[in-house]
Amino acid sequence: MELQGKKVIALGERDGIQGESIGKVAKSAGAEVVLEVTHCFV
Amino acid sequence: MLLGTPTADSTELYAITMTEGDPSWAGALAGVALGLLVYHVTEDEVKEQADPAVYDDEIGIAEMVLEVDVLREAAKKVRDRVSV
Repeated sequence: MELQGKKVIALGERDGIQGESIGKVAKSAGAEVVLEVTHCFV
Repeated sequence: MLLGTPTADSTELYAITMTEGDPSWAGALAGVALGLLVYHVTEDEVKEQADPAVYDDEIGIAEMVLEVDVLREAAKKVRDRVSV
Protein backbone atom coordinates (compact mmCIF):
# COMPACT_ATOMS: atom_id res chain seq x y z
CA MET A 1 0.00 0.00 0.00
CA GLU A 2 1.54 3.24 -1.22
CA LEU A 3 0.45 6.39 0.65
CA GLN A 4 2.11 8.86 -1.71
CA GLY A 5 -0.60 10.74 -3.61
CA LYS A 6 -3.47 8.84 -1.99
CA LYS A 7 -6.50 10.42 -0.35
CA VAL A 8 -6.69 9.50 3.32
CA ILE A 9 -9.39 9.61 5.98
CA ALA A 10 -7.78 9.94 9.43
CA LEU A 11 -10.13 8.47 12.01
CA GLY A 12 -8.76 8.97 15.49
CA GLU A 13 -10.07 8.20 18.92
CA ARG A 14 -9.55 10.17 22.11
CA ASP A 15 -8.38 7.13 24.09
CA GLY A 16 -6.11 6.00 21.27
CA ILE A 17 -4.42 8.22 18.69
CA GLN A 18 -5.90 11.62 17.75
CA GLY A 19 -7.07 12.25 14.20
CA GLU A 20 -4.77 15.27 13.94
CA SER A 21 -1.72 13.12 14.70
CA ILE A 22 -2.77 10.52 12.13
CA GLY A 23 -3.24 13.32 9.61
CA LYS A 24 0.26 14.68 10.20
CA VAL A 25 1.76 11.21 9.74
CA ALA A 26 -0.21 10.65 6.53
CA LYS A 27 0.85 14.04 5.14
CA SER A 28 4.49 13.28 5.97
CA ALA A 29 4.13 10.16 3.80
CA GLY A 30 2.85 12.25 0.88
CA ALA A 31 -0.86 11.53 1.25
CA GLU A 32 -3.68 14.06 0.98
CA VAL A 33 -5.85 14.08 4.10
CA VAL A 34 -9.46 14.65 3.06
CA LEU A 35 -11.06 14.13 6.47
CA GLU A 36 -9.60 14.24 9.94
CA VAL A 37 -11.75 13.45 12.98
CA THR A 38 -11.26 12.35 16.56
CA HIS A 39 -14.10 10.43 18.15
CA CYS A 40 -14.82 10.40 21.86
CA PHE A 41 -17.10 7.80 23.41
CA VAL A 42 -17.00 9.05 27.01
CA MET B 1 -8.46 5.01 5.82
CA LEU B 2 -6.10 5.22 8.78
CA LEU B 3 -7.35 4.34 12.25
CA GLY B 4 -6.11 5.45 15.65
CA THR B 5 -8.34 3.14 17.65
CA PRO B 6 -7.14 1.95 21.08
CA THR B 7 -8.46 -1.63 21.19
CA ALA B 8 -8.67 -4.66 18.92
CA ASP B 9 -12.48 -4.63 19.13
CA SER B 10 -12.84 -1.00 18.10
CA THR B 11 -10.26 -1.46 15.33
CA GLU B 12 -12.17 -4.43 13.95
CA LEU B 13 -15.53 -2.67 14.25
CA TYR B 14 -14.35 0.43 12.38
CA ALA B 15 -12.56 -1.63 9.76
CA ILE B 16 -15.59 -3.82 9.07
CA THR B 17 -17.89 -0.79 8.93
CA MET B 18 -15.65 0.93 6.36
CA THR B 19 -15.33 -2.14 4.16
CA GLU B 20 -18.43 -4.34 4.45
CA GLY B 21 -20.84 -1.97 6.18
CA ASP B 22 -22.08 -1.56 9.74
CA PRO B 23 -22.07 -5.06 11.33
CA SER B 24 -24.60 -3.98 13.97
CA TRP B 25 -27.04 -2.86 11.25
CA ALA B 26 -27.85 0.14 13.45
CA GLY B 27 -26.24 3.05 11.61
CA ALA B 28 -26.37 4.77 8.25
CA LEU B 29 -23.75 2.38 6.82
CA ALA B 30 -25.83 -0.76 7.46
CA GLY B 31 -25.54 -2.87 4.30
CA VAL B 32 -23.33 -0.26 2.61
CA ALA B 33 -20.06 -1.86 1.52
CA LEU B 34 -17.71 1.07 0.93
CA GLY B 35 -14.77 -1.27 0.29
CA LEU B 36 -12.23 1.20 1.69
CA LEU B 37 -8.71 0.00 2.40
CA VAL B 38 -8.26 0.27 6.18
CA TYR B 39 -4.97 0.30 8.08
CA HIS B 40 -4.15 1.07 11.68
CA VAL B 41 -1.71 3.96 11.79
CA THR B 42 0.77 1.88 13.82
CA GLU B 43 1.11 -0.78 11.10
CA ASP B 44 4.55 -1.15 9.56
CA GLU B 45 3.20 -0.37 6.06
CA VAL B 46 2.27 3.11 7.30
CA LYS B 47 5.15 3.67 9.69
CA GLU B 48 7.77 2.88 7.04
CA GLN B 49 6.39 5.55 4.69
CA ALA B 50 6.06 8.34 7.26
CA ASP B 51 8.71 10.87 8.20
CA PRO B 52 10.37 9.20 11.25
CA ALA B 53 10.55 12.49 13.19
CA VAL B 54 6.85 13.23 12.62
CA TYR B 55 5.90 9.65 13.47
CA ASP B 56 7.88 9.76 16.71
CA ASP B 57 6.40 13.12 17.72
CA GLU B 58 2.79 12.20 16.95
CA ILE B 59 2.53 8.45 17.54
CA GLY B 60 5.64 7.52 19.56
CA ILE B 61 4.15 7.79 23.05
CA ALA B 62 0.84 6.18 22.10
CA GLU B 63 2.75 3.33 20.45
CA MET B 64 4.46 2.60 23.78
CA VAL B 65 1.15 2.53 25.66
CA LEU B 66 -1.16 0.75 23.22
CA GLU B 67 -1.05 -2.96 22.44
CA VAL B 68 0.02 -2.30 18.89
CA ASP B 69 0.46 -5.95 17.94
CA VAL B 70 -3.21 -6.75 18.53
CA LEU B 71 -4.31 -3.52 16.79
CA ARG B 72 -2.21 -4.35 13.72
CA GLU B 73 -3.54 -7.91 13.71
CA ALA B 74 -7.16 -6.73 14.00
CA ALA B 75 -6.85 -4.43 10.98
CA LYS B 76 -5.02 -7.07 8.95
CA LYS B 77 -7.64 -9.69 9.83
CA VAL B 78 -10.41 -7.55 8.30
CA ARG B 79 -8.34 -6.76 5.17
CA ASP B 80 -7.63 -10.45 4.67
CA ARG B 81 -11.27 -11.34 5.26
CA VAL B 82 -12.66 -8.96 2.67
CA SER B 83 -9.70 -9.18 0.30
CA VAL B 84 -9.33 -5.43 -0.28
